[in-house]
Amino acid sequence: MSAAKPTSSLERLCAAWCRLWMIRGHLSRRTYLMFALVGLLFPLAVWWGVSVSGWMDKVFMPGPADVLSRTYVWFKEDDLMHDVWISTYRVIAGFSLSAVLAIPLGLMIGTYRPVQAMLEPLTDFIRYMPAVAFIPLVMLWVGIDESSKIAIIFIGTFFQMVLMVAEDVRRVPITQIEAAQTMGANRREIVSLVIVPSAKPALLDTLRVTMGWAWTYLVVAELVAANSGLGYSILRAQRFMQTDKIFAGIILIGLIGLAIDQLFRWLHRKNFPWMYKK
Amino acid sequence: MDNKISIKAAHKTFGEGERGIVALQGVNLDIARNEFVTFVGASGCGKSTLLRCIGGLETLSSGSIEVDGVPISGPGVDRAMVFQHYSLYPWLTVMDNIKFTRKLQAGREDLTSADVEAASGRADALLDLMGLTHVCDAYPNQLSGGMQQRVAIARALLPRPQILLMDEPFGALDAQTREVMHDLILHVSKLEKTTIVFVTHDVEEAIYLGQRVVVMAPRPGRIDSIYPVELPAKRDQDMKLSPEFMQQKKAILHRIRETAGMRTDYELLERMTRQAEQQKDKQ
Ligand SMILES: Nc1ncnc2c1ncn2[C@@H]1O[C@H](COP(=O)(O)OP(=O)(O)OP(=O)(O)O)[C@@H](O)[C@H]1O
Ligand SMILES: [Mg+2]
Repeated sequence: MSAAKPTSSLERLCAAWCRLWMIRGHLSRRTYLMFALVGLLFPLAVWWGVSVSGWMDKVFMPGPADVLSRTYVWFKEDDLMHDVWISTYRVIAGFSLSAVLAIPLGLMIGTYRPVQAMLEPLTDFIRYMPAVAFIPLVMLWVGIDESSKIAIIFIGTFFQMVLMVAEDVRRVPITQIEAAQTMGANRREIVSLVIVPSAKPALLDTLRVTMGWAWTYLVVAELVAANSGLGYSILRAQRFMQTDKIFAGIILIGLIGLAIDQLFRWLHRKNFPWMYKK
Repeated sequence: MDNKISIKAAHKTFGEGERGIVALQGVNLDIARNEFVTFVGASGCGKSTLLRCIGGLETLSSGSIEVDGVPISGPGVDRAMVFQHYSLYPWLTVMDNIKFTRKLQAGREDLTSADVEAASGRADALLDLMGLTHVCDAYPNQLSGGMQQRVAIARALLPRPQILLMDEPFGALDAQTREVMHDLILHVSKLEKTTIVFVTHDVEEAIYLGQRVVVMAPRPGRIDSIYPVELPAKRDQDMKLSPEFMQQKKAILHRIRETAGMRTDYELLERMTRQAEQQKDKQ
């Protein structure tokens, strides 16, 4: 407690302001939302300001209103929902395939040294090959149907995911494992009762982060080889100089990404209550 | 002979070749059934390493450790361990942490309802003893450090281990809780005939708890000397003030100081002070 009590309301306001800037300080939920709103509304306002000022040609810089009305037209006449659905489906399929294979593999790499020695350098190597460069090969091998888009998303996310899962597993504190050993746990029990539950929160975070990358690779895949989806629509809009539709597509992808991200965060809080209690 | 643990010519080196660190060299020690042995010594003298070797978490470079005449080959349920740092499972409640060994067993064998009842009866009793009943549904990170360590001790005691290995288990506890824990652990060792190997930095704790205090010396880690404690078997906090207790504490502290090879260098301190004063004069 500081000795001097702030007297005037101005001083009190100053004190509250200073408290906001404490290193690793705490914000009330209301203040947090307020700052978040400012962070979101400010760029929107700038965008709107630029578009009405007439600085830039509408063809290159449509305003928020243009984008909104274009979105409505897209929804009414161009089957927006189908594009959203097909893109989401591709992301979820590619991402799920990645996760289903990467989690057990990463678990093995992070747990058993020989597996690590055998697979980690290889994975590291492939990870540095640009996934985009595989597109021609994928099209040759897989063709241009749905599975090629899913394959590209898979290639883009899988190798990163394996390494991140392995790292999550390796971060399980050794004392937790040793404690189980002294309590007589065998290898299988250590993996299922200690390593997996201990690494689970980090694993969910890894999935959340890689989900973001899956959307990036979706757009790449659809720009190259598709005739539907949000990425494809963006590409086609460019051909017809529909800048407002490009904006709409990008913003839509952002919004869907944000929603999925929030879903992951919600799952995290729901499944790991012990991390949030204090 | 009724030795519970026999350590024979134990040798442990970390790393290889020239740069290897000899953590244990030629350690020989017999620990009797139901004995309480405490280990003290300067930092880095191999106390934790020895304990981990007995626990089976570390393998000796040469020599052997026998429990009931059988060389150990890894960790086992007969030897429970309480670690220096928190080893609780943050995703389990206090109660589930304590019952972790039960969960392991339940996965393997068919337990009769009487077994299950006996186990939860013991878990409740341990919770009560440790003063944790009111937090039994809390998660570890909601507890203070001292409370977490008490949970770890209760978890180790649940399966009635024959041997209890403790590495500075009370380091994080305040003085009062520590005293309570001391009497509790003495009580348990008497009642359940547990053999206890206890590592600590606190010489007073070592004497109060131990029937023998083993002083280890560093570089290379080895047993330096062994002090039998001549206190009445039924310990009492006031004994810490008796002349015999003080005497022994002094002797052991002196011995540790000698083995540590570190002492206050008054000459150096004085030189530092003089330099600081000269600096001040210049300004
Ligand atoms: N895993 C390891 N790898 C390499 N060296 C180690 C390892 N564990 C311990 N050592 C070394 O072995 C020696 C003994 O360590 P140990 O932890 O047993 O000492 P200690 O007596 O428990 O010390 P403290 O009182 O500080 O806990 C030290 O020199 C330490 O650096
Ligand atoms: Mg130690």
